[in-house]
Amino acid sequence: MPKTLLTLLVLTATALGLAACGGDDDGDALVVYSGRNQDLVGDLLERYQKDTGSKLEIRYGDSADLAATLLEEGDNSPADVFLSQDAGALGALEAEDRLQALPQSELGKVKPRFRSHTGHWVGLTGRSRVIAYDKRELKESDLPRSVFDVPKPEWKGRVGWAPTNPSFESFVTAMRKLKGEDVARKWLEDMIANDVKTYTNNIAIRDAIANGEIDIGLINHYYVAEAVAEEGPDYPVGVFFPPNRDLGSLINVSGVAILSSSEKAAQARKFIDYLLSRPGQEYFADVTKEYPLASGVQPDPALEPFDKIQAPKIDLADLAGLQDTVKLLQETGAL
Amino acid sequence: MAVLPLVYLVIVVAGAPETARDAIWSRDAFELMLRSVGLAAAVTATTIAIAVPLAWLTIRTDLPGRRVWAVLCALPLVIPSYIGAYLMVSALGPSGLAQDVLGVDELPSIYGFTGAWLVLSAFTFPYVLLPVQAVLRSVDPQLEEAARGLGRTPRQVFTSVVLPQLAPAIGAGGLLVALYVLSDFGAVSILRFDSFTRVIYTNYRSSFDRESAAALACLLVAVTLVVLWLEGRTRRARAYHRIAPGAQRRAVLVPLGRWRGAALAFTGGVVLVALVLPVGVLGYWATKSVAGEVEWDTVASAAGHSLLGAALAAAVAAAAALPVALLVARHRSRPSTLLERLSFAGHALPGIVVALALVFLGTRAWPVLYQTLAMLVAAYAILFLPQAIGAIRAALLQIDPHVEEAARSLGRSPLAVLRTITAPLARSGVLAGAALVFLTAVKELPATLLLAPIGFETLATEIWRLTSASFYERGAVPSLVLLAVSAVPLATLTLRGHSEP
Repeated sequence: MPKTLLTLLVLTATALGLAACGGDDDGDALVVYSGRNQDLVGDLLERYQKDTGSKLEIRYGDSADLAATLLEEGDNSPADVFLSQDAGALGALEAEDRLQALPQSELGKVKPRFRSHTGHWVGLTGRSRVIAYDKRELKESDLPRSVFDVPKPEWKGRVGWAPTNPSFESFVTAMRKLKGEDVARKWLEDMIANDVKTYTNNIAIRDAIANGEIDIGLINHYYVAEAVAEEGPDYPVGVFFPPNRDLGSLINVSGVAILSSSEKAAQARKFIDYLLSRPGQEYFADVTKEYPLASGVQPDPALEPFDKIQAPKIDLADLAGLQDTVKLLQETGAL
Repeated sequence: MAVLPLVYLVIVVAGAPETARDAIWSRDAFELMLRSVGLAAAVTATTIAIAVPLAWLTIRTDLPGRRVWAVLCALPLVIPSYIGAYLMVSALGPSGLAQDVLGVDELPSIYGFTGAWLVLSAFTFPYVLLPVQAVLRSVDPQLEEAARGLGRTPRQVFTSVVLPQLAPAIGAGGLLVALYVLSDFGAVSILRFDSFTRVIYTNYRSSFDRESAAALACLLVAVTLVVLWLEGRTRRARAYHRIAPGAQRRAVLVPLGRWRGAALAFTGGVVLVALVLPVGVLGYWATKSVAGEVEWDTVASAAGHSLLGAALAAAVAAAAALPVALLVARHRSRPSTLLERLSFAGHALPGIVVALALVFLGTRAWPVLYQTLAMLVAAYAILFLPQAIGAIRAALLQIDPHVEEAARSLGRSPLAVLRTITAPLARSGVLAGAALVFLTAVKELPATLLLAPIGFETLATEIWRLTSASFYERGAVPSLVLLAVSAVPLATLTLRGHSEP
């Protein structure tokens, strides 16, 4: 037995010892909290370090979890930069005064509709909502022209959505802001009455269309583009951008911001410059299949051209603060 | 340490009492709480129904290959519930493997309550199995023999002698299952069962409303205390240790006779559903993903990190649990009971709540330790301490306190008694507790993502990275490595137990 006790003690001591020397982190490194997956941005961040000789320390996680973490950390946060999957998480940090204002030299690279009005964060890439559909069963002309046609009887039981997905919630928020509470509530109720199938995320919806569970789904454009890149042009799922500024082709952005507690603002700005530069933006076009927002970089040629998407006009800042949307989703039973 | 998450919750709720009150007094919160409690009750009952017969078959009967079965039956514990849920969907869901194999167009839906109940039962029953096995191994067979000598039938012996002895272990294991279900988010979200953890997650993730989330987490703690009180009733003031003089003998194996076939079918069926099926699907996916795509050195370093983190967590949790368990087993009083119950809070709270609590307190109170390995290990220990306490307490209850008292009266100091008498006798419990903590910590995700040192990727974060932005199939290889890594200590523990008196 003393052996067991001894082992315990030794292990505990090791833990503390390791912890003590765990603080050997590079004082010069820029600490990045990335809400974007390592598989999506890891190579770009590597390239940045190689090209510039600057060091990054990157913590990967879910955008919303990291935003919640940054809020809890407050002024003691070790993070300098926050890379976010969506505008909502950036808006939440902005609302709590956790972000530094960015200079016009950065902000000016991106159209005003894809950045914060108060200049606290800037969009990096655009991502569009689409109606994904089963190409084996449907032609583009068969598809609903608007998300408001989706709750019609002909689509009963054939549609998938992911109400817990942040992009979907931003979409409902946009509907509330543009069409009013009552329209949004009725749309949600009609969708549920029409036997919509609930999934955990966009990938699950896409896969459900691919294996024939459902015929159409409300997701983001790049999930399909990625699958096509991986599986080849015969991949059975296609995307449709509903025309006429329909909410079904709402464009949201992924973005970046500097934390107000960061003492490395100059370094952080250099990093953001890189992300907005031609190599940075080309990377997003090639790898994540999103729409580049700066430096005149063109999107993947297989995608619908960016200016052809007839997206609804909305202030992305309005998509922050999802409380009322979540409440509506709960009241209608979507969540 | 273990009450730190509670401290955080209280601080946050006290900061905005009105928001908190609104969050708790919503119809939604109560309904969902009822659903979650219902699911927890159903899963707990099922796991007990599966685990108690399994434990008896693998320890006390001549079941062919019982040692192997004992290891196999414990293994489902290492499958994270979110992976288990996804595997279940791919196997039994629409257009899943089962439909292909059976050639039918439709199977009964596995979404909602049924799926969540099945998955959580299949992957949590070892929480009951392990402590019950431990007791069956160490309980003195004399009592049973006496009962049989007095003319009781084997069934009567089991219900009147064995079962009451097992009650504390069943209670402790069932408690872990119930708390696991209450705090689970992965499985219920994939299987679309709307549970209470979902509101907590939504409040943090979609609305960044920490006050409401904290208030709801408090409600979860309150429900936990009720569950703990119920569990406490399974082991009121009662003696479980042997009092007869002389050395304890080994139990004689019960011959199964004509029941052997049925026993094998039952054991095999459980192993098939909870282990062979999921591992089979994982293996199939692993072969499907191109071999060249697997980044072996990443997987290897992740495995090393997982092992290190989980081993340290197991050691720290066991070391911290021993005094708590001693206090509770030997000096029952209101404060000691309260202390023990509060230590369970960490286990009932969703991982994200505990992680954020440590983020909040860590950045303020110990900035030097923030996001170091020590912090991560502390988080694991807080989350999984109850598993160690339960196992150690069950073992302590089997020791006759008179032995300790005798040693004391012979002039040994309390510490010497602890070192020479109590600890050696409780060793199997300490090891079992440490193993449980290891197995749970090795697959932990939310706290690892937020609190691990930067670059400290574990197998769980690897699986998350590979699956969250892409196909679930890509996570198959690290999932299998996770299983393998966990199987070794588990097998050693189970087999070692067998060879001990």
